[in-house]
Amino acid sequence: MESVVRLQRQLVDYTASLFQEGYLDEQFIQLRQLQDESNPQFAVEVVSLFFEEAERLLDELAKGLSQENTDFKRLDAQVHQLKGSSSSIGAQRVGRICIAFRNYCEMQNVEGCLNSLQQVRQEYSSVKSKLETLFKMERQLSAAGGSVSSP
Amino acid sequence: MGMACESQFHVLAVDDSLIDRKLIERLLKTSSYQVTTVDSGSKALEFLGLRDNDQTDPNTPSVSPHSNQEVDVNLVITDYCMPGMTGYDLLKKIKESSSLRNIPVVIMSSENVPSRISKCLEEGAEEFFLKPVKPDDLNKLRPHMMKTQKLRDQAQKRDEKIETPEIQLAPQSLVEQQHQQSVQIVNTNKRKTVEEGLSLETDRTRTRYNGIATMV
Repeated sequence: MESVVRLQRQLVDYTASLFQEGYLDEQFIQLRQLQDESNPQFAVEVVSLFFEEAERLLDELAKGLSQENTDFKRLDAQVHQLKGSSSSIGAQRVGRICIAFRNYCEMQNVEGCLNSLQQVRQEYSSVKSKLETLFKMERQLSAAGGSVSSP
Repeated sequence: MGMACESQFHVLAVDDSLIDRKLIERLLKTSSYQVTTVDSGSKALEFLGLRDNDQTDPNTPSVSPHSNQEVDVNLVITDYCMPGMTGYDLLKKIKESSSLRNIPVVIMSSENVPSRISKCLEEGAEEFFLKPVKPDDLNKLRPHMMKTQKLRDQAQKRDEKIETPEIQLAPQSLVEQQHQQSVQIVNTNKRKTVEEGLSLETDRTRTRYNGIATMV
């Protein structure tokens, strides 16, 4: 009984910190609210899709930037896609870097693009690890008999 | 005797992003709409039953519920930026089609571009939502679908009067009753700020307010 309360507290605190540090924004709350008994894993499923898509896009961006004649239009379309999906799940920091990235694409600035790519990789990596921790805490809480909603 | 009494409105959602399709589908289902998702404008047109050489049948009234459409769609919600046919292109095609032009179309976009918004509204889009779409945005959809429902009911009534003049039907009031039975209230207090601490509720009871007061 006590561990459920502790785990619940831990989850709430951890989640709050992610918002305070700007990793997640309100859209993540919206995502959680779409979860219910009939779709108990909705947020996890959508976030997993995001991970898959982001990793694929990051690889393509790296490939695109390593080519002789950079296809900036294609790069821009890919960054646009990444920006869109990160904003759809509330991954605020990733989205922000994408905005700068797109500007560099528009200016056809390879250096700027490479820097942005590096930053976006870092931010993605951070938010991925934090979300994985968050979901793990939720699983622990459920396993201990608690529910994700606060009393 | 068939009556235009749909228990659920059917929304066709168009988006090339899988994540966004999942989100919009879930949002729409939470609002009790029946949902079909497709990943392109051309698939949307295919689903709507639009042929390449859409011929206007002079005997078919333009608001007939059973015109060239193969399925009954009450609203199309589409992303703007899509490869190939954009949401704007799709909007145009729908509005240019005699069989589809009365279907309300809503555009979604991740970019807030005023000229884009006005272009879409001028072409006949009912609403323009910025992504990510919120549950509150969806509250704006129902009036558009009910308006089309009304048109269909009127057309149905017209058709039925011709066929069986002795039967008095009131499909509009029946539809109204059904929707009043599902009166719900939006709970906007669900959104808590970080400072207040977060409550991640998985079994919240969502309710929406049906703002339709009267149907003529």
